[in-house]
Amino acid sequence: METKNIMIVGVGGQGSLLASKLLGRLLLQQGYDVKVSEVHGMSQRGGSVVTYVRYGDSVASPVIDKGEADYIVSFELLEAARWLPYLKPDGQIVTSTQQIDPMPVIIGAAEYPADLVEKMRATGAKVDAMDCLALANEAGSSKAVNLVLMGRLSHYFDLPDEAWQEAMAAVVPPKFLELNKKAFALGKNA
Amino acid sequence: MDMKQLMLGNAAVARGLYEAGCSVISSYPGTPSTEITEEAAKYSEIYCEWAPNEKVAMEVAFGACLGGKRAFCAMKHVGLNVAADPLYTMSYTGVNAGLVIGVADDAGMHSSQNEQDSRHHAIASKVPMLEPSDSAESLAFAKLAYELSEEFDTPVLLKMCTRVAHSQSIVETAERVVPEDKPYEKNIAKYVMMPGNAKRRHPVVEERTRKLTEWAETAPVNRVEMGGTKLGIVTASTSYQYVKEVFGDSVSVLKLGMTNPLPVNLIRDFAAKVEKLVVVEELDPIIENHCKALGLAVSGKDVLPMIDEFSQNLVAGALGAEVHSGRSLDVAIPPRPPVMCAGCPHRGLFYTLSKNKCTVLGDIGCYTLGAVAPLAAMEMTLCMGGSVSAIHGFNKARGAESEGKTVAVIGDSTFMHSGMTGLANIAYNQTNSTVIIVDNSITGMTGHQQNPTTGFNLRGEPAGKIDLEALCKAMGFRRVRVVDPYDLKACDAAVKEELAAAEPSVIISRRPCALLKNVKHKAPLAVDSDKCRGCKACMKIGCPAISIKNGKACVDATQCVGCGVCEQLCGFGAFGTTAKEG
Repeated sequence: METKNIMIVGVGGQGSLLASKLLGRLLLQQGYDVKVSEVHGMSQRGGSVVTYVRYGDSVASPVIDKGEADYIVSFELLEAARWLPYLKPDGQIVTSTQQIDPMPVIIGAAEYPADLVEKMRATGAKVDAMDCLALANEAGSSKAVNLVLMGRLSHYFDLPDEAWQEAMAAVVPPKFLELNKKAFALGKNA
Repeated sequence: MDMKQLMLGNAAVARGLYEAGCSVISSYPGTPSTEITEEAAKYSEIYCEWAPNEKVAMEVAFGACLGGKRAFCAMKHVGLNVAADPLYTMSYTGVNAGLVIGVADDAGMHSSQNEQDSRHHAIASKVPMLEPSDSAESLAFAKLAYELSEEFDTPVLLKMCTRVAHSQSIVETAERVVPEDKPYEKNIAKYVMMPGNAKRRHPVVEERTRKLTEWAETAPVNRVEMGGTKLGIVTASTSYQYVKEVFGDSVSVLKLGMTNPLPVNLIRDFAAKVEKLVVVEELDPIIENHCKALGLAVSGKDVLPMIDEFSQNLVAGALGAEVHSGRSLDVAIPPRPPVMCAGCPHRGLFYTLSKNKCTVLGDIGCYTLGAVAPLAAMEMTLCMGGSVSAIHGFNKARGAESEGKTVAVIGDSTFMHSGMTGLANIAYNQTNSTVIIVDNSITGMTGHQQNPTTGFNLRGEPAGKIDLEALCKAMGFRRVRVVDPYDLKACDAAVKEELAAAEPSVIISRRPCALLKNVKHKAPLAVDSDKCRGCKACMKIGCPAISIKNGKACVDATQCVGCGVCEQLCGFGAFGTTAKEG
């Protein structure tokens, strides 16, 4: 199988590392060669962060380049737009509609662009946008946005639900498993 | 543990160390090298510690290898500059048990102040260097490094880079095998590097390099993958992965796992088999210059950049292959630079320094973000400890007026790393300098590592604790005061008084990092929009939790930790707690 590419993007501190851990586990269990590339250090302090997940028969590069992503999973709307050039022509965006102002916007040096979902769709991109923060809160914690997004992403994968459940049980601390399963289900069925 | 698993490159190095029977590790944290030591500490069989700096770490590891056990130390690329002193002479002494040095480069400067190429240190110190290109190689090369170290009597550099260190790929693990301890034997001629002895060791080093070059000619880690004769690519590290991503098996590749010393005949023979020879390597043209010195016609930095990290599109574009292109959005996307977190204890201090129009000479850590707008309260950052030394020179050059408005800002861990020696210089050579130690009780930027001032060791167990106040006083500073950076009035008084004082002083701005798990937060604040006049006084501190919505300040409750710094700036009492009364 040709290598498939998933990007997880967001704002440093939003919990993308757990999402990539979940996907890594899931895809490894399916027998794929997998590479996951993360960002540590300074950009984790509220900067724009990206994690690359690649899987297939044999994966070489650990990173995803422009025009290569089959999926972009975004924790934040502006970040989905920032990484849009990385989407494949027929790629799919799954994004939370949450907006977090970056510092240039906070200090009035720039504006947060309006109508980003419509503008991304106007480029021909397939965009699945939803209020993941509200669903995470419904599940019991604003920190569960990552699992809401994974639930939504699972829509686009031809994998049995048990495979996702197994991966969740493997990577989520037992204390938070029920909450995260609920968040996953809310995202999946939204 | 599953035999086959997905593992971070740094964790794979740790696994390799474990399997090779490494018993002592001493490191200083630094992105992207930190997780090697953190992961190794999960194996109870390995003694692991955070040293105050990389030089100490390397000397500890050397002592342990001298004592007969396989040892290791890890650092980031700039850390190897700090440890260069022992490295260059350890090359002469050689080792007793195996000694491996992990060094992680950061092409692209994801979290670094420069993008120097560590291979120069390998060449200059005449120490062999292995470069893995994925996690499986990270594990295997860590083990191989010990074999080479003991066979050739040399320390061995294991060079990581961000994309190998921080990528997960599949590894297969094996059992730990601990070699027997090497007996320690007194050997003055080998281990005391005074001129007479060093003169006799230098020829040994040159002969070792000759033998290692011979080894490199046929070593399995330097392998040829033939795929036609039109194009031959010589490559190493993560660049190999980009080459394979672009060309698969359609071109010939010489993949070098050892980048110092470089083979001669292997490269000549490979070059002779292909019509065109290209070197694909990040940063400096080291393999390329080696090829040129061999008289080979070679392409490299004429088509590939010396700057930043590579990717598959970059390699494809440079070598005439198909480049993927993406769509673009016709919208200006504002950048999202890293910022101090909501509730960061550094914020109150930097606000105070900005308000007092201080000249701030800074250092390496989270607080380097004090240079970012709107605070923009840092004017120099060079290297670990540089602030404390530089303020002395700055004040010597500029005199009393400068002494009254200039401060050095350095973190607790960075101060222990190499700020102490600069402080000794101020005490000794006498400038009226003001040094601020921002003590957040942890090494923050690299992800919360303990240090000599925290009272805990790498594993979180109680440990020795250095008293910063007592230390500064012992050096001769009479004015040493502690201030809470959440208290803006106290901060302002401390800065004004210490700058005005007629002698050097140390201010310790002390409050634990807001991200520490044991730090209790207050309820988030909220803005009473009837009281808010939209004056934006609260926006001067650059808190990511505060924004202006419809002309009024607004607090993001998911980010706010109730530190109350914004509340102190509001002249209208618009900020209030969301905590329920009672």
